[in-house]
Amino acid sequence: MYEIRIHSRGGQGGVTAAKLLALAAFRDHKYATAFPFYGAERRGAPVVSFVRIDESPIRVYSQIKKPDLIVVLDNSIMDVVDVLHGLRPGGKVLLNGTLPHDMKGFQTLSVDLTTIALRLNLVVAGSPILNTPVIGALAKMGIVSMDSAKSAISEMFSDDRNVKAAEAAFQELVL
Amino acid sequence: MLTIATGNKAVAAAVKQVSPEVIAAYPITPQTEIVEQIAEYVTNGELKSQYIPVESEHSAMAACIGASITGARTFTATSSHGLLYMHEMVNWAAGGRLPIVMANVNRALGPGWNIWAEHTDSMQERDTGWLQVYVSTVQEAYDTTLMAFRIAEHNDVLLPVMVNLDGFSLSHINQSLETVDLGDFIPPLRLPHAIDVKNPRGYGPLTGPEDYFKFRWDIERSMRDSVKVIESIENEFFRRFGRSYGFTDDYQCEDADVVVVSMGTLGKEAEVSIDLLRKEGIKAGSMRIRWLRPFPKLDLKGRDVVVIDRDYSFGYGGILAEAVRSTCRAEPYSVIAGLGGQEVTYDDIAGFIRGRRPGEESWFGVTPDV
Repeated sequence: MYEIRIHSRGGQGGVTAAKLLALAAFRDHKYATAFPFYGAERRGAPVVSFVRIDESPIRVYSQIKKPDLIVVLDNSIMDVVDVLHGLRPGGKVLLNGTLPHDMKGFQTLSVDLTTIALRLNLVVAGSPILNTPVIGALAKMGIVSMDSAKSAISEMFSDDRNVKAAEAAFQELVL
Repeated sequence: MLTIATGNKAVAAAVKQVSPEVIAAYPITPQTEIVEQIAEYVTNGELKSQYIPVESEHSAMAACIGASITGARTFTATSSHGLLYMHEMVNWAAGGRLPIVMANVNRALGPGWNIWAEHTDSMQERDTGWLQVYVSTVQEAYDTTLMAFRIAEHNDVLLPVMVNLDGFSLSHINQSLETVDLGDFIPPLRLPHAIDVKNPRGYGPLTGPEDYFKFRWDIERSMRDSVKVIESIENEFFRRFGRSYGFTDDYQCEDADVVVVSMGTLGKEAEVSIDLLRKEGIKAGSMRIRWLRPFPKLDLKGRDVVVIDRDYSFGYGGILAEAVRSTCRAEPYSVIAGLGGQEVTYDDIAGFIRGRRPGEESWFGVTPDV
């Protein structure tokens, strides 16, 4: 079982990113579950979402304690939340943009999702949309196939800029 | 069709396909997504139901009762305080022998204010004459909602059915969902005692001491008859769609020395605990209770039993533990865990089983060493 924890702020699309990722994994003929930790939701507050992907049905409902991968959609969260908490030895981190923080030796990748969203004018209520480009980056990392990523995005969003954003992130992420 | 959906969306998808004539509901977290989705189906024309956005849950159930007595198929959904607010009408629906189907998204009761999973809300409606079923996956929520209409509307039952799903842990999790082509699985409802203006009758009259008990017994008789109906509808569902669930969902129970009994999503998580314990050489099994009413006959003879209650009856004990104790003459180890969404993992459940103390009660996070 591959376990992913996504850190974002309310309104940035972390919950939707989790759902998109699960849908893409499902389109890859794998089993997947996606769920956020629900607290007192409000725009701007740190939000945590979880995704599990496995070859067999997933019977675990509790929160992910030891993720294999941590995705951070807003690096400023790292000032207030220990995003590396519980990350398995050998686990990976995907950041949105530069690497100003000490990642304690964990393999860390980064791609500028915000710039990609702004370039395509993918902005809702003043916030750049990060949940569709991040799926492209995760596809580059091999978490899901790019075909399934694009198909999941098309199923949930009719605006084709979302697929373009995923393609841009796929190209720009350096492994 | 294969897709992914939340537990709430799965219930709404099932309701859309069944297409009840009347849906009356009031939103409450974490059920809101069900009635939002249904309202959207009605607004965009995908669902032809009459949707009544009432001012309270008491009115929601009253509207369902009024519609149901005319022979209309009805549905509502609620949670927690909403369910308790309709309590008087919940009793009335069963006494009126009305096959209303209700989804209840299990949530704790305040204060302290809490929106997360717990079963005490529906447990407080346990004795109202409703059939109660508890589900553990998105697919099961969908399938069970479909079956609930057939079971409620069967002439040998004619009692309302409450489909319970855990708040957030199931209502808001995305899992795979296979929707089915219903065909003629849900035939038109023919309520034998529906109001007929050509044949006027009295409804809900004063019923004296010489007659009242007969009506109560009739509810119980139908509750007992519902066992066979549930079996037959499940068999039909399996023949048509290839899935079935049973009164209990048993996992590795055949040769088990110790069985953990629970309900809802904790019952699925418990299966992972069983895999862990089996690797350690402990012969453990999991029995997830699906139907709380009618309460199933459990075969737990000669085994240790651990019961996890996500509910509590103050001054008495875990409600499921008490049911197991009295119907199985077992001395279970009663663990109170998961109240108000308290995080309980498969490791925790494995710990309950390893450290079991038959006859005792422990509160997870409170009692030392639990």
